[in-house]
Amino acid sequence: MGQYTLRRLLQMIPVIIGTTFIIFAMVWALPGDPFAGKCGDRPCPPAYIAEQTARYNLDDPLVVQYVKYMGNLVTGDLGETFRGTQVLDELAVALPATLKLTALAILIEIIIGIGAGVLAGLRRGSFIDNLVLLSTLVVISIPIFVIGYLAQFILGVQLGWFPPTVGTGAPWSDLILPAFVLASVSLAYVARLTRTQLAENMRADYVRTATAKGLPRRQVVRHALRNSLIPVVTFIGIDFGALMGGAVVTEGIFNITGIGGLVFGAISTREGATVTAAITFIVIVFLLVNLLVDLLYGVLDPRIRYE
Amino acid sequence: MSEPTHLGGSRDRENVQNEFMRARAEDITLPAPEGAPEPTDDVGKPRSLWQDAWDDLRRNKLFIVGSVLVLILIVMAAFPQLFTSVDPRECVLQNSRQPPSSEAWFGYDLQGCDVYARTIYGARASILVGIFTTTAVMIIGGLIGIIAGFFGGWVDGIASRITDVFLALPLLLGSILILTAFPSTTDTPELVVIGKVVLALALLGWTQLARIMRSSVIQVKNQDYVQAARALGATSTRIIGRHVLPNSLAPVIVVAMISLGAYISAEATLSFLGIGLQPPVISWGIAVNDAATYVRTSPHMLFFPAMFLSVTVFAFIMLGDAVRDALDPKLR
Repeated sequence: MGQYTLRRLLQMIPVIIGTTFIIFAMVWALPGDPFAGKCGDRPCPPAYIAEQTARYNLDDPLVVQYVKYMGNLVTGDLGETFRGTQVLDELAVALPATLKLTALAILIEIIIGIGAGVLAGLRRGSFIDNLVLLSTLVVISIPIFVIGYLAQFILGVQLGWFPPTVGTGAPWSDLILPAFVLASVSLAYVARLTRTQLAENMRADYVRTATAKGLPRRQVVRHALRNSLIPVVTFIGIDFGALMGGAVVTEGIFNITGIGGLVFGAISTREGATVTAAITFIVIVFLLVNLLVDLLYGVLDPRIRYE
Repeated sequence: MSEPTHLGGSRDRENVQNEFMRARAEDITLPAPEGAPEPTDDVGKPRSLWQDAWDDLRRNKLFIVGSVLVLILIVMAAFPQLFTSVDPRECVLQNSRQPPSSEAWFGYDLQGCDVYARTIYGARASILVGIFTTTAVMIIGGLIGIIAGFFGGWVDGIASRITDVFLALPLLLGSILILTAFPSTTDTPELVVIGKVVLALALLGWTQLARIMRSSVIQVKNQDYVQAARALGATSTRIIGRHVLPNSLAPVIVVAMISLGAYISAEATLSFLGIGLQPPVISWGIAVNDAATYVRTSPHMLFFPAMFLSVTVFAFIMLGDAVRDALDPKLR
């Protein structure tokens, strides 16, 4: 298993290099003048342009720029924005809110999504099953920004059950409603996936054997559930990246200072260093989570061995 | 070099097989006797799967509801003037934000345009983006998946790593980046604006289909009929075209149909962020974005485009679900 982990970690290196290079190339190769609008309404003074060009190696070919940038990145120097603030500081401000929001969303997905999936999967064709199927289909169909505005307007403003926007420091209690919104679509997918898998496994031979030898129903279900969870866990792993990067909309609606909003703002103001650093971070977290998911397979299903 | 030996390169072996194939082909292509089943090996099989699926679908209520909805939406996208005689671009500022009335069923938006007309005309952009993106994703993902699965070895290694790279890029942030790189102005032709959104979504969205295609191809590749075709000396192109592709396509079609709805939703999200479709293109996402500020005082501006958008996504996902049930009974 140690060897497997090591091999997977090594395999990550080309993926990280490839991803960051694509991001880097897109950011710095954007057409147009990178200094447009950087100095207010007038053009930037030549001294400023010369200094920034030297700082970001803008005169070098793209590949050389990239290598120099990655060299700095490895030593922990994420660079500076054009405003002169450290990218690292900007990330440090945005990161806690995003991580909290994502963690809460994943937790909601696991508890409610798997819970609803189990209820539906155990009683196929029942009222609960149809309710889960229909409601998840409706949730999947409504775009997240509509869900966000509806939730904010109805639950936040009219009923006053939740704070409509998130305060500074993003306390956990403020993040509950945004996390539900962020998790909604994935939650529906998790519920449907769990239901399908569990319904299929409940018809498997080993379940019949377990029932026949008199195992209590709880334990039978536990056996089947364990075998049903592998695709669900895979989905949640891939979703982790999507949630971190896709929180732009939720963050915007609920006024959260997070990574999504940071990158969105940085793209429109052409802050290349911030964009590259933030997306690189998301990609690395995504890859690590997926490695963790792959290792979890063995826990869920002991037949799976790592070579 | 030219002498065929046992240890000769694969080229020699291929020659021998080709000879063999040609000899066999003469036998096979003899006209079949009347009424006898045709001796080629792939006539009955794909038909039976699709025929089965079609029989299932016709009896599925989800499929009927979904396809009727999709049909209406497609007619709406193709001939919006059938549904409304009002010009969606003719706006009277005096009518700004007026609620629904007998004159304008869905009310007027901020610019005083008829919301009903704009909602009807908005179907076109969404459906075009959905269909184009799904097609593009199927072509890119399918091609890479086939190459990786069929050839295996280092080709698979490279193709899979490329897939990993694109899979790791976040879809929404990546599309924002791409669309910022190719900004549209109000003068850009409508189809070009739509094309950019399609390009951005397709460039980042093909990975899932590539993975599914790859594993599907690997399964099919080891089947006896593929081995038989190979033993008869069929070329790779022929094996892929005649045997592997038709037999590994079902899971890809299923996922593609379901993701069509998701792409429409993604387009709306990008347009909502002000970065996808741009005015003068009429789009539900843009409409929702414009309406969001006034949700407390004029909710009708947000409600109608949002509802049409949701129903469209709903219809396509329902259709995809039904097709999945039909093509893959195991997953039911």
